[in-house]
Amino acid sequence: MTDPIYVTDALIAEDIDAYLAQHQQKSLLRFITCGSVDDGKSTLIGRLLYDSKMIFEDQLTALEADSKRVGTQGGEIDFALLVDGLAAEREQGITIDVAYRFFTTEKRKFIVADTPGHEQYTRNMVTGASTADLAVILIDARKGVLTQTRRHSFLAHLIGIKHIVLAVNKMDLVGYDKAVFERIVLSYRAFATEIGITHFTPIPISGFKGDNITALSDNTPWFKGPALIEHLENVEVAVSDDEAKPFRLPVQWVNRPNLDFRGFSGQIASGIVKPGDAVRILPSGKTTTVSRIVTQDGDLDEAVAGQSITLTLADEVDCSRGDVIAIADTPPEAADQFEATLVWMADEAMIAGRAYWLKLATQSVSATIQPPKYEINVNTLDHLAAKTLELNGIGVVELSTDKPIVFEAYGDNRTLGGFILIDKLTNATVAAGMLHFSLRRAQNVHWQATDISRDMRANLKNQRPALLWFTGLSGSGKSTIANLVEKRLHRMNLHSFLLDGDNVRHGLNRDLGFTEADRIENIRRVGEVAKLMTDAGLIVITAFISPFRVERDMVRAMLPESEFIEVFIDTPLAEAEKRDVKGLYKKARAGQLKNFTGIDSPYEAPESPEIRIDTTVMTPDQAADLIIDRLLG
Amino acid sequence: MIDTLTHLDRLEAESIHIMREVMADAANPVMLYSVGKDSAVMLHLARKAFYPSPPPFPLLHVDTTWKFQAMYELRDRMAAESGMELLVYQNPEAKERGINPFDHGPLHTDMWKTEGLKQALDKYGFDVAFGGARRDEEKSRAKERIFSFRTASHGWDPKRQRPELWNLYNARKAKGESIRVFPISNWTELDIWQYIARENIPIVPLYFAAPRPTVERDGLLLMVDDDRFPLLPGETPVERSIRFRTLGCYPLTGAVESEATTLSEVIQEMLLTTTSERQGRAIDKDAGDGSMEKKKQEGYF
Repeated sequence: MTDPIYVTDALIAEDIDAYLAQHQQKSLLRFITCGSVDDGKSTLIGRLLYDSKMIFEDQLTALEADSKRVGTQGGEIDFALLVDGLAAEREQGITIDVAYRFFTTEKRKFIVADTPGHEQYTRNMVTGASTADLAVILIDARKGVLTQTRRHSFLAHLIGIKHIVLAVNKMDLVGYDKAVFERIVLSYRAFATEIGITHFTPIPISGFKGDNITALSDNTPWFKGPALIEHLENVEVAVSDDEAKPFRLPVQWVNRPNLDFRGFSGQIASGIVKPGDAVRILPSGKTTTVSRIVTQDGDLDEAVAGQSITLTLADEVDCSRGDVIAIADTPPEAADQFEATLVWMADEAMIAGRAYWLKLATQSVSATIQPPKYEINVNTLDHLAAKTLELNGIGVVELSTDKPIVFEAYGDNRTLGGFILIDKLTNATVAAGMLHFSLRRAQNVHWQATDISRDMRANLKNQRPALLWFTGLSGSGKSTIANLVEKRLHRMNLHSFLLDGDNVRHGLNRDLGFTEADRIENIRRVGEVAKLMTDAGLIVITAFISPFRVERDMVRAMLPESEFIEVFIDTPLAEAEKRDVKGLYKKARAGQLKNFTGIDSPYEAPESPEIRIDTTVMTPDQAADLIIDRLLG
Repeated sequence: MIDTLTHLDRLEAESIHIMREVMADAANPVMLYSVGKDSAVMLHLARKAFYPSPPPFPLLHVDTTWKFQAMYELRDRMAAESGMELLVYQNPEAKERGINPFDHGPLHTDMWKTEGLKQALDKYGFDVAFGGARRDEEKSRAKERIFSFRTASHGWDPKRQRPELWNLYNARKAKGESIRVFPISNWTELDIWQYIARENIPIVPLYFAAPRPTVERDGLLLMVDDDRFPLLPGETPVERSIRFRTLGCYPLTGAVESEATTLSEVIQEMLLTTTSERQGRAIDKDAGDGSMEKKKQEGYF
């Protein structure tokens, strides 16, 4: 059979303009190659580059010299040397990172992620797979389906790659035996079905000899095709799938060159957009219509998934980086609690409860992770109990974010479902994640935009809303001073509300006890109620021990900047215990009260409160005056 | 089924996405501009990314004083046309010591470019610098991230590079650290040329063949661009029809003999040629095997 794929030189030489016109229309396919160290992966990639003339004469000269010097093919050309880049790797003879290679044929440009097959490098394979449309799983014909074959297939499937090629390599070393090939395909099919891979394309090849790479080989007359390159050129990629989905544009950047222009820039995650389309801004829920799709080359009539564009909108709506512009009638959800699959990528293990930065599309929020529901053994696919995830560990977890994010399930939309976690201290990317679904309350509840804004409500009351958050030990004087403050506000015709810890526990929070989890939930609910009241325009005063810094910061993050005023009622433990107004310290000391703050549970004092009241030098009335001065001053 | 977007559309969209993403976290970004064809494409993409605003960062040319005259002309023209601020930095120490490619060999690149770049970034306090490096240029670059982290001393540590998943880039950094961002990482030389043709991007005329005064030295065909070129005994400039596949300091950049005077002809020659792009540059060969990787660790782009 002739090899039509690379017979391009004639056209290039004869009619370069015709050649270029044809090549302007090429599409792009990104794929990964996965195999273990000895499966001949680098050799295959080297072969693809070589056969598509991506290797120039000077490189070839160097390659031939290197092959003789350090090659493993007995002086014959060692294609692997073409792609093993970093000096350290060359010495070890294995690839240890993700490398990207490029080649082109008549129909397509290809970007190949060369991902290592070595046991501890799950991380790299997931990274390489995240941008791939297709995976080439390499198997050594002499060895058949191995543990790592299963691992690679599972990871490719996990990351959502729909096109799998099973390349049975080194066919030259098994005498191009049809039976060997068929046995391997059969055993792979059994496993693939088990993990949910319904379709794959098996191809018998020799990367070293070049069989069935660019054209069908005479050595395998029993194989009817396609050859590897032919398949890569013709496989339908998921681009049009993305276009068929509802329109979503994560806003990257607000383009504001002057007062007359306000554009919203981003890369379309899915769907198609046209001027005149009704759109909804998430998470605010405001609706408007698309005015223009602006580019330097003139306005567009439509734009599709994958394009980087700038939109202008008909109305002056609030929209900034992190928001998602979506088609109005089928918007994505916003939620703050999720189930997700995590792939841990850092040397330091996951810490449940610690806050990490979570980046999803253009949204960055703070997120905490629960201990894994289970970890997945990538070799056996068994579900294992786990308290944490170590490097290369994969597990299913629940996580919550400090504010709602706009999302879709990863299976529906990679852009709005895939995220990374970033260590807040080292700034390292520690994990990749894929959202499954949101949990409980947030599901199917959209934010309803209301016409009367919080500013309008506050203006009607002639005041600025605020939350005075009193914190301090039991018996420090919080309730006493808070009460005096509210009396002063009332006299000044200001609208206020005092949320007292004990009172709230008689009603809203009567279902909560005093375990750590319940205390956190207690504060969260109070924070949410206080937030609603400030939205209503009120000056809210709360008096809770609220011993943990992280919970107070959680409430602080719920409110607009400068509206959360932390008031630290600083009374030393000895002094509070001496007063013991409610007799609680006595009970705690007697062991009748568990988890009592200051006795057997810590109090984390604020590091920089907006207001600090030292009750050892100030009367309650002086304290109340000081607080009023600070609030209104 | 047809793919709506061509490979050039996809590459363009990716590069624009990367540039806009930088604006989210960068305090003081800059675009390194070396006036070559890759820089021309980068500048063009930046203008598209932020249109109708001008790109929200300045251009920085780390100059060696030994570039081709035609490069200086295009540089000044493009800066004016784009409405961007152009910063030109020349290492004062190299200037004072008269460092030049004829007398100082590898020290020339080290002082003017590697040191010059570090000094310029420190002087202006840039935290993110866009560079035009491509993964197809050289083996060690195939593994380079799009967001490449540099320590406070501008070093590159392969172990501290972050995994890049999907199109999510982690641009967080500590004080003093900086990031080099390579928006055209996934472009090949052919993509660059095709895009220049498609978008009609102005490039330095030296990429097209014309009769130019040349001398042949150490296997390189050098152009005598000004009278600072010291001729060796017996050397006389010969007029040849030449062009350049890559542009740098004129005494270090080898030309190829060519008759290609149009973009199509340049691409035609490129496709039919048998030597790779960087071969005309002396820089890769300074330290033998792995030399580009070594330069990168030292802070060369």
